[in-house]
Amino acid sequence: MIPLPFYLTLAAALFCIGLYGALARRNAIAILMGIELMLNAVNINLIAFWRYVKPAAPTMDLAGQIFALFVITLAAAEAAIGIALIIAIYRSRDTVNVEEVDLMKW
Amino acid sequence: MSTPLVLTYVGFFVMAAITLGGALMAVSARNLIRAALGLIIALIGIAGIYFVLEAEFVAVVQILVYVGAISILILFAVMLTRGLMKRDLPAQNAQWIAAAFISLAMFAALLYVALSTNWRAVETQVAGDLIPKLGTELMTTYLLPFEAVSLLLLAALVGAIVIARE
Amino acid sequence: MPVDYLPILVMIAIVTAFAVIALTLSAMTGPRRPNPTKLSPYESGMPPFGSARRRFSIKYYLTAVLFILFDIEIIFFYPWAVLFRDLGWFGLSAMGTFMLVLLIGYVYVWRKGGFEWD
Repeated sequence: MIPLPFYLTLAAALFCIGLYGALARRNAIAILMGIELMLNAVNINLIAFWRYVKPAAPTMDLAGQIFALFVITLAAAEAAIGIALIIAIYRSRDTVNVEEVDLMKW
Repeated sequence: MSTPLVLTYVGFFVMAAITLGGALMAVSARNLIRAALGLIIALIGIAGIYFVLEAEFVAVVQILVYVGAISILILFAVMLTRGLMKRDLPAQNAQWIAAAFISLAMFAALLYVALSTNWRAVETQVAGDLIPKLGTELMTTYLLPFEAVSLLLLAALVGAIVIARE
Repeated sequence: MPVDYLPILVMIAIVTAFAVIALTLSAMTGPRRPNPTKLSPYESGMPPFGSARRRFSIKYYLTAVLFILFDIEIIFFYPWAVLFRDLGWFGLSAMGTFMLVLLIGYVYVWRKGGFEWD
């Protein structure tokens, strides 16, 4: 088997690319894409740990996979609500540039 | 027949390259449709990584939910909010240098932890069909989170409709 | 076993190579004699009207949201359905509770007219 750090390094790189996207982009939808990438990086870690590390209890053998399924579910709900919010902001403010949506800043 | 190690390496590196290439495209492309396309490429690469890790069910779910549904949602969102970034604003905001610095520092820290920790990784064989086992654990150990998911989906459904409709 | 998916990897390699070679060769060897008719979006087709960049209706988004949430249900149904007989009444009641909560959402969407296009 490939050493575990290979997967962890890939996940770390993906997480940081997503982090950069979430921090540096102007468009709210692009920020959401960065967040999706970060969630996926976490999922890679969960599956890699499921494959390489044995859990303590046999009833939790598939903990990593089930956690990943829950993360995917949460990501779907988050995307649905997040994009609904972006569309609502777009309707009332006519922009999806997060720098122009600063009414509640400071 | 077990998989030859070299093939696992080839599969891993091909999928890792697809994933990282798509991710870089997703965060750097100015055109949002292209960024969404990069995201889809990255998500397919991640499904490939799951296949390499022998988590077939999660890989199929990844393609079904992420590639099939979430990316469509994002594409619809791009089309619904079209034509407003036409002013020549750069795709990145003013703090992109700081953001790049933070991301690189984060990567260095994560890399240090990943490489220096003793993870006590063991060689395991995946025993046959995991889906019945997945069902058993979902219905016993993880029954409460499973029921909570239905509430989450209900809240998301109602919330999305209330927020997005005029 | 990942080795079972080797054909897919080979296919990805062949398809990528084919696409790259075909596009490169045609770009290098093909003659280029453009004229206005050739460059129009639909040659010998109907003339395009309106802008492709107009905004789309919110209804597409609502349909996509409904699809995504009922798509998620499937990933939890599948492992349950494989074990349906072994889990017996307990499994049925657990899935029944799950279904009931989602049914509330379904009825809500129906009453709000989320399934109607106009």
